[in-house]
Order: sequence, then structure tokens, then C-alpha cells
Amino acid sequence: MAKTLVELLQSPPVVVNVGVRAFADSLRPVCVVVHVDWSPPAGGDARMAALLDDLL
Amino acid sequence: MARKTFLRRNRYFDSVFLMQVARRIAAEPGIAGASALLATEANRRLLAGMGFAEAELAGAGPNDLVLALEGEEAAVEAAGAALDAWLAPAAAPAGAPAPRSLAEALRERPDCSLAVISVPGEHAAREARAALEAGLHVFLFSSNVSLQDELALKLEARRRGLIVMGPDCGTAYLGGAGVGFANAVRRGPIGMVAAAGTGMQEFACLVHRAGSGISNGIGTGGRDLADAVGGLSAFAGIDALEADPDTRVIAVLAKPPGPATAAALEARLGRCAKPSVLCLLGADPRPGRAGDLDEAARLALEAAGLEAPAWLRPDPGALRALARARIRDLAPGQRRVRGLFAGGTLCYQAQALFRAAGLEVHSNAPLPGMPALADPARSVAHAFVDLGAEQFVAGRPHPMIDATLRRARLEQEGRDPEVAVLLLDFILGAISAADPAGDLLGAVRAIQAARGGRICIVASVCGTDEDAQGRRGQIEALEAAGVLVLPSAAQAAAFCREAALLLGEVR
Repeated sequence: MAKTLVELLQSPPVVVNVGVRAFADSLRPVCVVVHVDWSPPAGGDARMAALLDDLL
Repeated sequence: MARKTFLRRNRYFDSVFLMQVARRIAAEPGIAGASALLATEANRRLLAGMGFAEAELAGAGPNDLVLALEGEEAAVEAAGAALDAWLAPAAAPAGAPAPRSLAEALRERPDCSLAVISVPGEHAAREARAALEAGLHVFLFSSNVSLQDELALKLEARRRGLIVMGPDCGTAYLGGAGVGFANAVRRGPIGMVAAAGTGMQEFACLVHRAGSGISNGIGTGGRDLADAVGGLSAFAGIDALEADPDTRVIAVLAKPPGPATAAALEARLGRCAKPSVLCLLGADPRPGRAGDLDEAARLALEAAGLEAPAWLRPDPGALRALARARIRDLAPGQRRVRGLFAGGTLCYQAQALFRAAGLEVHSNAPLPGMPALADPARSVAHAFVDLGAEQFVAGRPHPMIDATLRRARLEQEGRDPEVAVLLLDFILGAISAADPAGDLLGAVRAIQAARGGRICIVASVCGTDEDAQGRRGQIEALEAAGVLVLPSAAQAAAFCREAALLLGEVR
């Protein structure tokens, strides 16, 4: 069940970090963080990835 | 001296990590310089300008990694051959392999409540949409997201009772956690909604240094209050802070919204159950509105029942006297003020303070009515440069992290005989450089020496003593190098305004 924004403000969030690793590193002392080792989808073609999203 | 590039196709690494790799390689014996960059067009141009053969990079694109090395031939070859080992810490972190997608991460931690997304702009909307569909709130640091995507994401968030903070959102404070570029501030009664990243940082630090604190801070991204988006995230943030039991006062910090959104915002705050402070930097002054971040902090403190300290209530006459004393010994040809900003909002605020005094200032990120710099790489007349603007940061870390571009620009301004006053901001806190003042001190000392001290360098330090960089130490280092450090970004800009007015008079 998704948290409302008011609920989100009541305690440190549990974070999934997609992208710059430094964001995850800076949050670790205060939150639970899962870092995603992200790479561009479909060989880096954003439009192709969006098309695939629509098909799947 | 050998110069050579090494390419790895389809290897994505974030620009902050690559900067750290380049620094480690540059420290190797025999290496004179190292850059590790994604081969975006801007970065390929940059490397060509540094003398690297363009042919070596032909066909490389933004998903390809390039390591450009300069140094003794054997050292360059050895470092290039070991490139994969240099990159290894990112490819194989300690422990279990990191999830490769948002979906995998959520299988590991189904209780995630917030997605922090900082992938390149063209991929950001896709990741944000997936996060919303999984029921997560989104902090979207990525820039270069289309207006159409921003609106679609925010409407989807509203439909689901979620929020998208961003795109281009740098800072938030959520439930006691600073997200992104956040300073170590105590918790307290003042909540923030900000369409202005470094504006939120500066305001939070002023409130902290005045002895109070921050309940929560919700970033919206700079475009949220444009009429095309209509403040979807700002209004969601105000609603949440109104209901948040820890928040007693709500501060809204932004550049001027679109006219329809401005009216809606004023009306919403007018019926807010809690006292509020509205600071619209660059908007026409109006009673009850804060004209700058210092005034916003003063009004918020007063609304929380606290008295603002004396340093937050500067006397304009005293600033003028200080400016007069500092420019007294300059040569008659020194007439210009140049500001080199890491903080975009602080650049904007400085322009607003100049405009209110009838002063013109050129900028690459001009306030309405101010002239744009024809060439962002070259200042003319009075000029304020936002070095975090897109044209400077595409494919490379923000100047709050990597001082390379700002240092080069500072040296350039220091050689301009017209320059009387140089204005700098230093932004401490999470993710920012380990020693922002130290990164520029060499250039500052060189300029002071070359000018025989006949130049005025003024700065503000956005941060707290609890930040890892330590505000007090940063100020002491700057002052030891002859820099005048004022208590806030607004006061440093106001000092420059007084100096510019005096320089404009016949001396």
C-alpha cells in the first residue's frame, strides 16, 4: 500500500536510488537505501525503450 | 608528453563516479592529467579543445565511456590498459550484486517509499513512471526532462496520491532525512516548499544558524510553478505540510510563478490553516512577501514566535560603508562586479537585488528584463554567471561537486583589468565537494598576488558547522586568503550592489 505524502514526512523514507551512486552513499547514514546498478535500456535508445514499455 | 584516449562502448557510469575515477588515475606517477567522461557531444568538444585527437572519438556517443590521459607514454599506456580495474568498484560493489532495475530493487525491499532518480534526462521519465506505478513517491534530480513528460508524470502522481519532486530537484528534507544536496540542519517548526534547490539549502541553513530548525522540505523542480504545470507538486507539498503535525510555519520559495499559478498560490496560502511566508525571488515587491531569502528566514522565524538574530537583519548603511572602504584603493578602470555562482537560485537572487537598485547585470541565466550574456563563457560589464546551468554541466558534475570550470572562470575574471569585485558562493552539505573553499583558494591567492591586493573578493558560505565540510573552517580559510565573507548570499549580493552603485559614481 503506497504511503501518502503526509505519511512519507513522518519518518526517514526507505529509498531506492536509480542513478548517481553518491545519492545513495549520502543517504545511508539516515535511511535504508537500495542502489540500482542502472544502465541505459535497449542499448541506450530511450525511444525504443518507451516503445517496448508500451508493447509489454 | 603523450596524449591518448581509451574508449569503452555502452558502459554507463554516473559523472560523479567518473570524476572520482579520474582523480585517482591523475594521482598515479607519470600521469599529468586525466578525464573520464561520457562521450556526449559537449564532452567530445571539450576533449578536442584540450588537444585530444577527434578521430579517436569518432562514432562515440553519450553511452560510451572515454578516458583521456596526458602524461609519460608508459604511464598513459599502463593506466589505459588498467581501465577496467579502475572502474571495478562500480561494477562490483562489496557483497551481493546490486539490483539492475527498479523492479529488482523492489523485490529486495518491497517497503520502499521513495525513488531517487538521477539517470540521464532522456531516460528519467521512464524510470519515474515505473516508480509511480509501483506506488513510490519520486525525487527526480535529472534535468532535461520535457515539459510534456513532467506534466504527465505529475498528473499521474496526483491520481495516485503521490508526488514527483522535480525534474531538476536538488534537495528535499523528508522525515528527518536530507535527500540530495542537503545540509545538516536541526529539526524544528518550519516547513519548506521550494522550486529553488539552493534557495532551499540557503533558507534551511539560515533558519538553523538562527537557532531554529526545519520540519520537512519538499522540492518541486524549477518549472513546477509555470502555468503549464500549474504548481501540481507545490500544492501537493503545501497540503502535506498543512497536515504535518511537526510543521508550524510554511515557507514557499520560488522564482516568480506564471500569473495564473501565482494567483492560485496566493489564494491557497491565504486559506492555509498555518502561517506562511511567500518568497518569490525577482517578483515585484509586495507587502507581506519576502524579497530575498534572508527576509524569508526572518519572517518564518517571527511566525514561529522567534526573534531573528542581528546578523540576519543587516543595516544597508553599514553594508555601504563596508563597500566604500573595500573599493577605496582600486584603480579608476576597475568598475565591474562579476559573480560566479554554483547555486542557480543564489545567482537569481543576486540579480533580483541588483534590479531592485536599478542596476543592469548580464547573465547566462537572466532574470526577466536583464540582458543575456551573448557568450556564456565570456563576461561583459557587470555579470553574474550560473555555472550550474545546463550549458556548463551536460555530461559533467555540477560545480558544487567539481570546481574545475569555476576555477578556470575565476582565473579568467581575475585577469580582466575592469574587474573590481568578484562574488563567490560556497555550498556545503551532502554530495558537495569535500572542501569547496579549498578548491578555489589557490586561484584566489594567485589573483590577489597578481593584483597586489587591489581587488575585492567577497563570498558567502551556505552551510552549517554540522556539515561534513564545517562552515566555520571554510570561512576561516577564505578570510585567511583575504576574502570578505558575509553572513548570507543575499548580504554578499547586497554588498556587491552597494559596491556597484559606488563604482558607478564618478570617483
